[in-house]
Amino acid sequence: MNIQQNTEAQRMSFWERLYLPEIVRGLSITFRQMFKPKFTRQYPEERWEPLGSYRGYPVLVLDEDGERCVACGLCSRVCPALAIEVQAGETEREKERYPVKFEINMLRCIYCGFCEEVCPEEAIVMSKGYELVFEDREAAIFSKEQLLVPIEQLQDRLEFLRRYK
Amino acid sequence: MGELVAHIVVAGLKVVIVVNSVLLAAATLVYVERRVAAWIQDRIGPNRVGPFGLLQPLADVLKLYFKEDLVPALADRAYHRLAPLISIAVALSLYAVIPIADAVNIGGERIPLVVAPGINVGLLYVLAMTSIGVYGIVLAGWASNNKYSLLGGLRSSAQMISYELALGLSIVGVVMVAGTLDLVEIVNRQQHVWHIVYQPLGFLLFLVASFAETNRAPFDLPEAEPELVGGYHTEYSGMKFGLFFLAEYSNMVVAALMMVTLFLGGWHVPFVPELPQWLGLREGSIGLALFQAGVTLSKTALLLFLFVWVRWTVPRFRYDQLMRLGWRVLLPLALLNIVVTGAVLLLLQS
Repeated sequence: MNIQQNTEAQRMSFWERLYLPEIVRGLSITFRQMFKPKFTRQYPEERWEPLGSYRGYPVLVLDEDGERCVACGLCSRVCPALAIEVQAGETEREKERYPVKFEINMLRCIYCGFCEEVCPEEAIVMSKGYELVFEDREAAIFSKEQLLVPIEQLQDRLEFLRRYK
Repeated sequence: MGELVAHIVVAGLKVVIVVNSVLLAAATLVYVERRVAAWIQDRIGPNRVGPFGLLQPLADVLKLYFKEDLVPALADRAYHRLAPLISIAVALSLYAVIPIADAVNIGGERIPLVVAPGINVGLLYVLAMTSIGVYGIVLAGWASNNKYSLLGGLRSSAQMISYELALGLSIVGVVMVAGTLDLVEIVNRQQHVWHIVYQPLGFLLFLVASFAETNRAPFDLPEAEPELVGGYHTEYSGMKFGLFFLAEYSNMVVAALMMVTLFLGGWHVPFVPELPQWLGLREGSIGLALFQAGVTLSKTALLLFLFVWVRWTVPRFRYDQLMRLGWRVLLPLALLNIVVTGAVLLLLQS
């Protein structure tokens, strides 16, 4: 004997099997749902402010003494997508080295955050920026000037890194 | 000769007004559908194009016009082109017999507010035309030369056969009570008591069957997106797809109008049928006609909201469930309804 017993159909009461009262119940639920507050964010007007843990596109930290980067090239080495290109140069300052050229191809970047993790100087960090729009491929390659961000704007991320990294 | 020309001009004017209002209504319905769906799902819905997003349907139509019109390589080109035309032609021709308001007197002439007035088999005409509508869908499914389209078309025809019976039979009760097939007469008989009071079961059957007839959820198996890609209109793009879309929404409006006409008292105000007289609207005046049209259309709008509301509440029926509901529930109930109505009418007469 292969007769199914205690199936959902058998467990239903007469009124449930009639469908209609249950459909009316469902209708009342959806009707109440219509007046609940909406989850939609009206994007261009209402923007989302990410938390410190958010990995937006990477940027270079610019503190009081200028750029932190010493052009060691570790970020470039570790980058799985080969998005970072660094050329080192010498300088008279205390740190002795600085990047002559520092470019990140934002079309290649996968926002993994390895560059940030590997950086010994805390010079490259993931920002909160998530709005990346380009008109052409050349515009997607960010130069050092575009990447440098004053340290005040990166406090959340630096705080997060100090606590959890 | 002059009278004939006048008749043709009047009929032409009515056609222009009706067709344009149908297109406008369908566009509004698409907007309402998207807005209500969004609200039920805790979203806002289209609100960017024009005030409150009201111009969204216009933007959609504009987009459809600019879309490439693709025909699959191995499709039957002639039938592929014919199918949406059948759908839309049938959908629009249905409005010819549906009255929106009572006749008006303009310049001593009594002009009925129906495109094709005085058709004493108006009801049969509507039933016959809706049956033809399925040809558009089946033909689209077959001519596309696509498995999913064909399945959608097949489902549509099977569904149509099982539900048309219940649909037709559920009306028989109304016809027995009213004693006429003329839709204007049927509305006039309901001035004091609507037919839904005499025929609650008939109304319910008609409601369920028209959901199936218009391919609306929970009976939207012919297009069933998750299983059939797009169903019968998978291989349609641009304005050909737009025509199917338009026909679907136009059919919804017809179904709602039919329900209002047959069961919900047409242009009669509920509880206070004398309201137009109290407002001082004379018999046959344009004011009264506008008032009546307003009443009919607001009832229709409420029913259309029900259509949309149900779509976002009830999940789609499985194919066998749909067949069982059609043949084993709706059909016997419709027959029972006729028997009971007939018995009661006989008892009342004797």
